[in-house]
Amino acid sequence: MRGKASEPGGQKTLPVAKRVLELTVNGDRYEVAVEPWTSLAQVLRDELRLTGTKVGCNEGDCGACTVLVDGRSVSSCLYLAVEAEGRDVTTIEGLAETPDTLHPLQEAFIEHGGLQCGFCTGGMLMSSAFLLSHTPEPDEGEIRRGLSGNLCRCTGYNKIVESVDAAAKRLAADEGGTA
Amino acid sequence: MTAPLSFDVHRPRALTEALDLLDEYGATARVIAGGTDLLPKLRNGRLSPEHLVSLGRVGELDGIEETGDGALVIGAATRLFDVQRHPLVRKRLPALHHACSVMATVQIRNMGTVAGNLANGSPCADTSAPLLVYGATLEVARRDGHREIPVGAFHKGPGSVDLASGELIVAIRVPPVPAGSGSAYQRISARSRVDMAAAGVAGLVTLDGDGRVAEARIGLSAVSPTPTRCPEAESLLTGQVPDAPLLERAAREAAEEAKPIDDVRATAAYRRHVVFVMANRVLTTCVARASAGAGGGTP
Repeated sequence: MRGKASEPGGQKTLPVAKRVLELTVNGDRYEVAVEPWTSLAQVLRDELRLTGTKVGCNEGDCGACTVLVDGRSVSSCLYLAVEAEGRDVTTIEGLAETPDTLHPLQEAFIEHGGLQCGFCTGGMLMSSAFLLSHTPEPDEGEIRRGLSGNLCRCTGYNKIVESVDAAAKRLAADEGGTA
Repeated sequence: MTAPLSFDVHRPRALTEALDLLDEYGATARVIAGGTDLLPKLRNGRLSPEHLVSLGRVGELDGIEETGDGALVIGAATRLFDVQRHPLVRKRLPALHHACSVMATVQIRNMGTVAGNLANGSPCADTSAPLLVYGATLEVARRDGHREIPVGAFHKGPGSVDLASGELIVAIRVPPVPAGSGSAYQRISARSRVDMAAAGVAGLVTLDGDGRVAEARIGLSAVSPTPTRCPEAESLLTGQVPDAPLLERAAREAAEEAKPIDDVRATAAYRRHVVFVMANRVLTTCVARASAGAGGGTP
């Protein structure tokens, strides 16, 4: 197989049918028919119309397509949709508890100027959510390392780091208040 | 750069089922674990398999186990993030822990695996140099058999590994680290923590009761056609008291043993220089860790 390049415009002899997938996204169940090579990002955006997930580089470098699969941040552009079957997918549309509210991370990004054009923001928020899920009280270095897979061309990152820090402190305080 | 795609994806639930599929489809099949190296190769047409056999649901390949002899066995579907965070990896295999902490992005580490990092065949695979110094072996299975390959014999050249069609890496076995040892890894890349490494250096130093070097191992990645050990530098250290001048000499020797090239990530001259710098730091850290460990264990 090695080095066998596809001919331009050439058709493979093997016909591969679409298959019907059952996906759970933000707690909702969907049935979609996809080709086996379709990425999760494509299904989210083109089939489910959850366009908060952005596709920047389409090769796992920029982080704009970050979603959670079973609570783990992944690059949905490099994640085959068929591999998401039987798993819980959370997109930016499902980060807040209800459609009418914002997650504390989203509130902090607004309050602290953690976004400008907004293209990277969904991915930034999902990476931030994953970071706080395993490191609830990160220091600045942990925040920067946790977001090192997300590129932002507007903010210079400092405001994003401040936003995540503020959200972490608020969440920790809320946790302390209710525990 | 986007090639037309057409392949089927199979998602077996058991290792035997995966091996049957790989046997049936032979050279028309590829294994997909995280897919983070594979999908870009499919999209740019460098690979065009008709079947992908996914390890995503093969639960028996996911996880790290300690065997009776103290070896750690890392299942082929274990995510890099889980390797990084495993308490025994942190404690006993700091070089591998560090490699899994700094390579690629968090998202890629939540998808990719050690087995995939090796099977991809890149000379700059971050896990390769640590696994070389730890003397790891790959457990490879096919439908009707099983074999073990020392990690140092697995890479055949850039992009080429000792894995036949029908075969699957099942696990990476890391033997127990000798008492009185210290190990470390450093890498350098253009875009910190995300880019592929321009050079990587791993070390493992074992001290005897007199504080002399009983054994030294140095592994390099991204500076030769395959990940490689440095026998000359290692023998310089053996039997000697590891003071700063000696470590520096060994680091210079390791840099001489590298066979770097000029490419987009760095020039050969730069690579050779940073191998010296990083080898010096890595060896210093190894000796400090070995001394601390030995000190702690001596009554």
